[in-house]
Amino acid sequence: MTLRQQIITIAVVVLGTMTTRFLAFILFPEGKTPPKFISYLGTVLPFAVIGLLVVYCLKDAVFAPFHGLPELIAITVVVLLHLWKKNTLLSIGVGTVVYMVLVQAVFLS
Amino acid sequence: MKRKAFLAAFPHTLPIAVGFLFLGMSYGFYMRSAGFPFLFPMLTSMFIFAGSMEFVTVNLLLSPFNPLSVFLLTLMVNARHVFYGISLLDKYKNVGWKKPYLIFGMCDESFTINCAVEPPQDVDRGWFMFFITLLNQFYWVTGATLGALLGSFLRFDTTGIDFVMTALFVVMFINQWRQSEKHGPALVGLGVSFACLLVFKSNFILPAMALIVLWFAFTAARKEKNV
Repeated sequence: MTLRQQIITIAVVVLGTMTTRFLAFILFPEGKTPPKFISYLGTVLPFAVIGLLVVYCLKDAVFAPFHGLPELIAITVVVLLHLWKKNTLLSIGVGTVVYMVLVQAVFLS
Repeated sequence: MKRKAFLAAFPHTLPIAVGFLFLGMSYGFYMRSAGFPFLFPMLTSMFIFAGSMEFVTVNLLLSPFNPLSVFLLTLMVNARHVFYGISLLDKYKNVGWKKPYLIFGMCDESFTINCAVEPPQDVDRGWFMFFITLLNQFYWVTGATLGALLGSFLRFDTTGIDFVMTALFVVMFINQWRQSEKHGPALVGLGVSFACLLVFKSNFILPAMALIVLWFAFTAARKEKNV
């Protein structure tokens, strides 16, 4: 690829990404009431999408040699710690350290 | 007003600072080792600002030139953003000039925080969400640029640091679970996505999105009937 083609390629990726981000806001602008079903989606999707994101993070791990076991252990730690202490930073920090130890020292492929 | 919003927003972005600085560095280093000058990761991280797509872009730049297929691939990889938009239609109302920037910077992590965290009552909501988005982007671009410049000097093993993001989403999931009395939508998102992952493997996201919408269309129709 020439430099010009590279710049065009990057610009197209930017355009594609922005299309996905702006789409809902362009279709349903502030002044107008969105269709009922879209408003309903607006109330339920916030909960569903974060579940989708959790699964999205595991999409490669599930099919890796350990079938997501290190992820499962670390997520269990995060959930239990968070239910117990209710401290976001603590849960994320400890969970991540546990996971790093697991993949660097325990589950070696 | 701005100062207060900044101070309220900053602690929420700390886990993302750790994740983005390290992941951004690995991205910058990766792009640099593929033979691109450091300006490339700096500019792509700033303007694309969608982590997984930026990694894909490195491969695209090394393949034959084909803008149309690049565009379609980007739409597919980033399709989940459409759901973020629908989820935030209400929250991003009445924030004035900040709105286009909030939408531009709506990455997974900024979406999650802006969606799941309510700022304290005496803090301006618009500025709070603005700083969440801006700080996250700042971490990512800084990480990518540093990685491109210094990547080869990095010595300590950061394998697994990307789990910060998984942990963040899990914690936000629990926080939302606590705030809400109805757990149906959260379970639908988790369950349908996981089922689709098992069936469709790494291409699960589009079928999962379609099924989630169908499911909610079904529940909405049923609700209508019962009223």
